[in-house]
Amino acid sequence: MFDDLRDLYQEVIFDHNRNPRNFRVMESPDRKVEGFNPLCGDRLTLYLKMDGDTITDASFQGSGCAISTASVSLMTEIVKGKTEQEAEDLFKKFHEMTTGKDEQMNLEAVGKLAVLAGVREYPARVKCATLAWHTLDAALKNEQKSISTE
Amino acid sequence: MTIALDVNRIRADFPILAEKIRNKPLVYLDNAASCQKPQAVIDSIVHLYSHDYANVHRGVHTLSVRSTDKFEGARAKVKDFINAASEKEIIFVRGATEAINLVAQSYGRTHIQAGDEILITAMEHHSNIVPWQILCQQTGAILKVAPINLQGELIYDEFEKLISDKTRLVSVVHMSNALGTINPVKRIVAAAHAKGIPVLLDGAQAIPHMAVDVQDLDCDFYVFSGHKLYAPSGIGVLYGKQALLEAMPPYQGGGDMIRKVTFEETEYNVLPYKFEAGTPNIADVVGLGAAIDYLNAIGMNNIAAYEAELLDYATTKARQIKGLRIIGEAEHKGAILAFVLDRIHPHDIGTMLDSLGIAVRAGHHCAMPVMDVFKIPATARASFAMYNTKEEIDVLMKGIESLIEVFG
Repeated sequence: MFDDLRDLYQEVIFDHNRNPRNFRVMESPDRKVEGFNPLCGDRLTLYLKMDGDTITDASFQGSGCAISTASVSLMTEIVKGKTEQEAEDLFKKFHEMTTGKDEQMNLEAVGKLAVLAGVREYPARVKCATLAWHTLDAALKNEQKSISTE
Repeated sequence: MTIALDVNRIRADFPILAEKIRNKPLVYLDNAASCQKPQAVIDSIVHLYSHDYANVHRGVHTLSVRSTDKFEGARAKVKDFINAASEKEIIFVRGATEAINLVAQSYGRTHIQAGDEILITAMEHHSNIVPWQILCQQTGAILKVAPINLQGELIYDEFEKLISDKTRLVSVVHMSNALGTINPVKRIVAAAHAKGIPVLLDGAQAIPHMAVDVQDLDCDFYVFSGHKLYAPSGIGVLYGKQALLEAMPPYQGGGDMIRKVTFEETEYNVLPYKFEAGTPNIADVVGLGAAIDYLNAIGMNNIAAYEAELLDYATTKARQIKGLRIIGEAEHKGAILAFVLDRIHPHDIGTMLDSLGIAVRAGHHCAMPVMDVFKIPATARASFAMYNTKEEIDVLMKGIESLIEVFG
């Protein structure tokens, strides 16, 4: 019935929505930033543990749609062990993928985040996927205030 | 009971309803956000621009006279439609939002002072919250909010208790956009008037669903938008009792709202022009007049009866879906069905239904405080109009059941 949506709602997304990874409050995090999408009311709190400029742990709390939950869940998995610079590079690639600026882009560059490439066909949903990454970006820049997609 | 409303005939009057969305017949259930336009409204605008258009109130030439006649003719239609006492009480604005801002800045800034109170309810649209917050910041007045219960109804006793010696204005939504609740506005007006307090009613949602008689309601201000009344966007109405409007200063300065200007002083025009600075939205006012003609031919009471049937049908069906919770179950309710599904976010509901050609709204509906009452970030909302059918509701319900299945 929802054949048109197969690119947007891939099984991996349903899986991460049902069982989000790293969905927990972190004890004494080094970074803690809140992300908010005023358009839909989605809120998330992102926690990071740092060792120098390396992200050693990432977790989150909050509520959102399947796209935003899967996105933040996947992100917390993928950024663990990455340096700040590596994470920022990934954010840049992810942003390019979801906003569709580079249609020829090599999806391998973003690894399993490629399951979220389908959002670029749904402009109203791009922010659902990028909220997690804007929040991470703020956390890496050590901005303690809450950030918003607007 | 037979309903004197031929829905197939009505549907044929709305060209957009024949559109295919994602290769499926459009099921348009986002009428509370904005509703679609009948051919008569579209034609009225085309006709005006093709045959009768010029600026209004300005020229002696034929087209200016024709345009002015159509423009002022629409004002007379609005006056009759809501049974105002005079055309002077009908001010054209951009929409309900601008009307509330006009009252807040014109009436509010001259009648409300530090320590005074403005009373609203917890089910207001942001447009009936923020203009008062701005006024409170400007004047030092205090915004009071009457609570609602979990059926989405105003807790009337609490509301009445909040009417104090300091209350200077009560501003209440007639029908809630997020919940569908229809407030006991006559009772509210009477209670406020007993203490000499004027009442503004936000009629943006109520106006397309029921006959509105401002003299019977006895409200002091009534505001609504054209685009929710099958008329174009960008046009709305502020109704105000003449004595109140007379005592209010202009909202904006410019052409048309003046009688005489020198650099020393300006004499303002009479009502309603005092509040209509600059060239107005002529074509959309004419479109609003056409929408009112169209609705009068069907009859607002017929529309209300038909939509009540639709809402009953949708509510009964929705209650049979496991995991669906209706948000807003007021006893007195208009044709809005807001709901949430267990573990499925409204935005996912919105996208999935869209793939089936069904347009619903997903989000906080510009009523974040309402979401806070129910401790949810958002809802999905199906809002019905006179052109919707039970078959469309079946399509919606089947879509909801299917997406629940897909999400597992």
